[in-house]
Amino acid sequence: MSRIFTPKVVTANALLEGDVVYLAEDGAWVRRLDEAELIEDEAIAQLRLIDAQSQPDRVVGPYLAEARASQQGPVPGHFREGFRAAGPSNRNHGKQADLTDV
Amino acid sequence: MYDQTEFDRDFLKTRAAQFRQQVARRIDGSLTEEEFRPLRLMNGLYLQLHAYMLRVAIPYGTLNSDQLRTLAMIAERWDKGYGHMTTRQNIQYNWPKLADVPDILDALAEVGMHAVQTSGNTIRNVTADPYAGAAADEIADPRPVAELVRQWSTDHPEFQFLPRKFKIAVTGAEADRAILKVHDIGLQLVERDGVIGARVLVGGGLGRTPLLGEELRDYVSMDELLPYIEAVLAAYNIAGRRDNKYKARIKITLREEGMEALKEQVEARFAERRGIYPNAVAELERIEKGFAKPVYKDAPTVAHFNALTDRGYAEWAETNLVSHANPDYAIVRVSLKGRGATPGDITADQMRALADLADEIGHGEIRVGQDQNLILPHVHRGDLPALRAALEGIALAEANTGLVTDITACPGMDYCTLATARSIPVAQGLADRLRPIERELGQVTIKISGCINACGHHHLGHIGILGLDRAGVETYQITLGGDPSADTALGERTGPGFAYDEVVPAIERILRAYLALRKAPSETFLQAVRRLGTGPFKEALYEEQKDAA
Repeated sequence: MSRIFTPKVVTANALLEGDVVYLAEDGAWVRRLDEAELIEDEAIAQLRLIDAQSQPDRVVGPYLAEARASQQGPVPGHFREGFRAAGPSNRNHGKQADLTDV
Repeated sequence: MYDQTEFDRDFLKTRAAQFRQQVARRIDGSLTEEEFRPLRLMNGLYLQLHAYMLRVAIPYGTLNSDQLRTLAMIAERWDKGYGHMTTRQNIQYNWPKLADVPDILDALAEVGMHAVQTSGNTIRNVTADPYAGAAADEIADPRPVAELVRQWSTDHPEFQFLPRKFKIAVTGAEADRAILKVHDIGLQLVERDGVIGARVLVGGGLGRTPLLGEELRDYVSMDELLPYIEAVLAAYNIAGRRDNKYKARIKITLREEGMEALKEQVEARFAERRGIYPNAVAELERIEKGFAKPVYKDAPTVAHFNALTDRGYAEWAETNLVSHANPDYAIVRVSLKGRGATPGDITADQMRALADLADEIGHGEIRVGQDQNLILPHVHRGDLPALRAALEGIALAEANTGLVTDITACPGMDYCTLATARSIPVAQGLADRLRPIERELGQVTIKISGCINACGHHHLGHIGILGLDRAGVETYQITLGGDPSADTALGERTGPGFAYDEVVPAIERILRAYLALRKAPSETFLQAVRRLGTGPFKEALYEEQKDAA
């Protein structure tokens, strides 16, 4: 039996900075998870991933990450994605300190 | 310090120039990520959770003051103002940008440093006793041998694509401060009939399958050392499993083939290679000249003894000083585990100030320990009070080395893409909780890894903590009875793990039990575990679950 698809976002690391980035609905790469496109359809998710994989000049290692809907936009579906979205928990010097578009 | 040759300088410059071209070709799209990845890894560049990470080798853990200043400059100019000391005598920068890495490698090459072979399936940075050349119990300084092995292994064409990574450590004392038994090859310098040679251990390692190294040869003479270890690598390169990365280390090859079969293969390869490095002993002698003992000064030591009346100074002296071969000198352990610190992190300002102190009163030398602390190996006892005062000024005078707050922790899920849970905040939480009783507890070593790969050496902690992802929840397994010393031992798992917010009180219960169970304050935690077994400690650890049942 196939597994039920759960919502995803497309995420990767930016080629030049290595920074965590997310694919937005308009196709832009953004640094904030809450600005990412939350994809609730599996076929669309695969298409979006293929689109991301076709941009090796901009990003490295794109994949689909678990996420959930919230009023503020997507939120992490797993604690690992939570740290990727927020930055390291030991110092306030990662993504928390500087959030701008790619 | 090692005197670099023109060959060394040219090699590093050429290698940095090559990597500059490779980065440019990746950025302009000429290289795909699949093509670029092995090239960047050969130069120590990882892509981690939030950013690139550059791992720079500190061969045999030895730095001079100019090198430390360069590391500070790199931290400030191309990173976020700090570096992270690892458990294998490397420094990691957590935030370099891809386009800046060639400039960083150029800056490193200017002071004879590099990131070559700090990643990939090749021979990694050669590590050594961090007290080398200073320890009172040493029969020979291991660094010249480590440097010889570094030269031999660097860019060795036969060993750039091994079945898996390969780690070598060297020590020159009975007291093993280089953890030889958890290395693929451990070299212990020994004396036979007045001649220094090497005892060769093989097949140790931590990670998913922790195993302790075993003796392959009790003595190899210096003229045969390189051909002999090359024979070990050659045998492993053929016999090592390439079909399963979890079975690819030589520790598995040894257990699958058996010691006698491995020895036969090594001896066969050795017979072919004997004599292939006829100039190795001459090169070793050249290297040794660079590691001559400093010119020790003859001066009164009374300032140190007078200062012992101050409680803070006496506590620092008790934990952070180690006997030096010269009784008027001390080896000073500089704790990178101060209040609120991330274990192993040091800021650019601290690096620069420490480099100045090393020049003023430490013969210009700094060492990096496998415990993520720094060391000033040669400090005259008369200079110790001034040194401690200066260290206080840069927040590096924490009097805790070897105590329970001196926790080893890998970067864990705060930085590492392989991690399954966080390590750093667990270390910080434990240090905060246990600091009030750290002196009462005495010598206790806690080591934390954020995944099964065991970069935090959790198997070797008197108390080990392994962070795992259990159904989407950070969960921590505890081991007891590990030992990183010459009596190397792997800890025994206690039982079910603990959630993130439960692990600090759980460890405290173990340690409170120790205080209640020990025969006397002189019985250390490890001695108590060995005397009583893990049973009473497990009982204390799981008492809440029992009460709830």
